[in-house]
Amino acid sequence: MSSDQPPRLRLEALSTHQVSAASLEIPPGECVTLSAPSGAGKTRLLRAIADLDHHGGKVYVDDVECNQWDAPLWRRSVALVTAESQWWCDTVGEHFTHVESPWLQALGFERHILDRQVAYLSSGERQRLAVARALGNHPRVLLLDEPTASLDEENIHRVEALISEYRRESGAAVFWVSHDAAQARRVARQHFTITAGTLKAVSQ
Amino acid sequence: MKFISLSWFDLALAALLIVAVAGLSLRLQLGLGKQVLIAALRTVVQLSLVGLVLKVLFENVHILWMGLIALVMLVAAGYEVVARQQRRFTGWWGFAMGSSSMFVSTFSVTLIALTVIIRPDPWYTPQYAIPLLGMLFGNSMNGVALGLDRLTQTAWQQRAVIEARLMLGQTGSQAIADIRRDSIRSGLIPIINAMAAAGIVSLPGMMTGQILAGAAPLEAVKYQILIMFLIAAGTGFGTLAATTLAARRLFDQRHRLRLDRLK
Repeated sequence: MSSDQPPRLRLEALSTHQVSAASLEIPPGECVTLSAPSGAGKTRLLRAIADLDHHGGKVYVDDVECNQWDAPLWRRSVALVTAESQWWCDTVGEHFTHVESPWLQALGFERHILDRQVAYLSSGERQRLAVARALGNHPRVLLLDEPTASLDEENIHRVEALISEYRRESGAAVFWVSHDAAQARRVARQHFTITAGTLKAVSQ
Repeated sequence: MKFISLSWFDLALAALLIVAVAGLSLRLQLGLGKQVLIAALRTVVQLSLVGLVLKVLFENVHILWMGLIALVMLVAAGYEVVARQQRRFTGWWGFAMGSSSMFVSTFSVTLIALTVIIRPDPWYTPQYAIPLLGMLFGNSMNGVALGLDRLTQTAWQQRAVIEARLMLGQTGSQAIADIRRDSIRSGLIPIINAMAAAGIVSLPGMMTGQILAGAAPLEAVKYQILIMFLIAAGTGFGTLAATTLAARRLFDQRHRLRLDRLK
């Protein structure tokens, strides 16, 4: 990616109930991690970026401010994967707008998983499929809220590899909340924390 | 056919049955004796008052009096809808959505029935207009209250699912579509069941009343069929309107789920 490109994701004095004036830039194809104690406001911050909650300050994707986007279009461009995935139709495939077979293979699935009933899947399988589902809209920004918290080591590495490949190929910016310091080091070079309601960069 | 008029003494005899139920409750320590007696007393007082009001209305037929009665019924039904919600909309929204949807559905259906189907002269003749409005309000109020309650409760419980759908780029309307459909269904099930069971499992109250009052059974049946169709239409339109308004109110312009609008 060339350096004169605008940041893919930019927060400008973003304020939520717990975090005030958070500012951050993530260039295209880069990943940044966020780690902070429970209740510090990590999830709220991601929800504000996804425009699920009312917030102060501004969020930009490719230099276009959130309010200038149609809200559903914004959320197709800024995907959020939560620690616990949600499903509402009977079969897996009904939840996907688009899915590429290599994504499923990278996560350890064959394409026929799309025909399976959600009710018969394990929580780990659902969680990995939720990652593939989030990529279906080809988002420019990925907000990951502890997406691998319920996964075993092999599947954690599968998810990390897929996310890494996706951001390299698509130029998506990734904002990854993780409590696992080793994972944070594996997936990103820049790390942030929330201290006393302030978003701060940390060096590792 | 002859109509047998009831004396107050006849009613007093029937009241003895209520006293017997209350006595039985006392004996079995059910704790319902007082409630049964109070409810029976309320029935006597409320229906007697309504009887007096209807007597005055029937003797002074005027569209303004009819309008006033209809308005009182609408406000009472609106309050009743709000009172039946476990999670109510903040401010006047719950009342406004319930009463406006009943206003549109009940008034329009009653107006069609009076001016196109029954055609009394004048069309607002209280003998026809008041029973119609009463039955339509009573039933559409049930449908609207059930539909709204189901919608708000389910939205509250399924917040994570709704927001997951929003995050895939669905609009608020798309994200809550399944819940709204279920809510409309739950609002309509009572009247669908009533229509399906009419005449087999139960004899509808209005028809029974007409027969007791000396009407020919087939005439009473025709009126009952008409009333059930009107109730089904009024309940259907009312529930549809109320759940549509409520589903919209649950999201803001940015398609965010606004559960803070419920209390």
